[in-house]
Amino acid sequence: MDVFLDPANRQAYLDGFLMVLKLTGASALLALVLGMLLAACRVSPVPVLRALGAGWVHLFRNTPLTLIILFCFFGLYSAVGVEFSEDLHVNNYWLAVTGLSAYTAAFVCEAIRSGINTVPVGQAEAARALGLSFSQNLRLIILPQAMRSVVAPLGSVLIALTKNVTIAGVIGVAEASSAMKGLIESNGDQTIAIFAVFALTFVALLVPVGYGFSALANRLVVRR
Amino acid sequence: MSHEPLIVLDAVNKWFGDLHVLRDVSLTVDRGEVVVVIGPSGSGKSTLCRAVNRLETINSGSIRFDGKELPAEGRALAKLRSEVGMVFQSFNLFAHMSILDNVMLGPLKVRGESKAVARERALALLDRVGIASQADKLPVQLSGGQQQRAAIARALAMQPKAMLFDEPTSALDPEMVGEVLEVMTSLAKEGMTMIVVTHEMGFARAAADRVAFMADGQLVEQAPPAEFFGNPKSERARDFLSKVLQH
Repeated sequence: MDVFLDPANRQAYLDGFLMVLKLTGASALLALVLGMLLAACRVSPVPVLRALGAGWVHLFRNTPLTLIILFCFFGLYSAVGVEFSEDLHVNNYWLAVTGLSAYTAAFVCEAIRSGINTVPVGQAEAARALGLSFSQNLRLIILPQAMRSVVAPLGSVLIALTKNVTIAGVIGVAEASSAMKGLIESNGDQTIAIFAVFALTFVALLVPVGYGFSALANRLVVRR
Repeated sequence: MSHEPLIVLDAVNKWFGDLHVLRDVSLTVDRGEVVVVIGPSGSGKSTLCRAVNRLETINSGSIRFDGKELPAEGRALAKLRSEVGMVFQSFNLFAHMSILDNVMLGPLKVRGESKAVARERALALLDRVGIASQADKLPVQLSGGQQQRAAIARALAMQPKAMLFDEPTSALDPEMVGEVLEVMTSLAKEGMTMIVVTHEMGFARAAADRVAFMADGQLVEQAPPAEFFGNPKSERARDFLSKVLQH
């Protein structure tokens, strides 16, 4: 384990996980907003919006994330010229966030849609009978109840996302798995120990997330 | 009562697939009139009630409310619905909101009233239906009868021109039916225009201006309650009454 006694190595380890948290935070937020919009599209009475929502989900849920992240770099950035920043590191970070959000939003959308299906149809009928518009109905009645019933599944999506951000390494974002690869390359005699430390760090980060979301789900559940 | 029609259904037809649930139904409800719709299950009476605020669309015929054809969709339909109170069999109180918030929601979000005004009226209505002390509870914490009274208060908060009741006591335990019917009877006495779909014959006798009897999607006959219960004209109504009034 003496590889982690070297302060430079410890810094690489910490920076890697800090980047994991930064990628996860930004992508989770964007995916949540985008996923909610997509779910709204999928249940809307407008056929074009429904098709857009369905198309997004089918495309991004069924494409490997590695391909999506690579496309963000080689397609979006190199070919199309989308540039978030002159600083290569910052640019790659946002390209990765773009791909991660687009991909994760598909899963968020489907989780929320399944939540919408748990809201009894009478709730929407009562809201319509009061004279609420479709968007008011969705915002005030359906989504608040749907979101409470999908807290636990959204926790699983968040856990998957946290692990998925390591794929950002393929376009040069210095996240945890890249840091691990670097450490192994220069400390080949301690491969197993390095693996173990990185793996257990992920487990230590994510086990509480799982428990936290379960507890939150129990507290927020809509009793009928 | 003025004889000024508020709700006019003219030759309304509705199919659910092959099932013809409303057959040429024509019914006029005057302002201030209470029409109780009775009939066997599956006779189309709930569908009729739900068609009046377009929770069910119709296939042919016309429905006019306050002189205007029902709008098909959008803002105009939402406005119409805000003027017609609806009470459901399964209450349908918003499960994630307190009773008070349930009652205030329409006035706040549909009418854009101020919080103070909406709150004052909501509390007065909850007091009127006898559940003021439950204002801050969630629907699930109330009994069925209390929930249904809250649902009536929620509909009244919009100060509707008419109220639709779709089997409002059918999901209640027997001992709670009375408290809901009491609220409905007092509303009827105050001159609210009401269409009530129910199996409560006692309520029909006491509160209705007119009883409409439906069977197999048709409006078979309509008459004041004394006349309908005392001397039903159709064979179908006589048969129905002999079954429900025997016990």
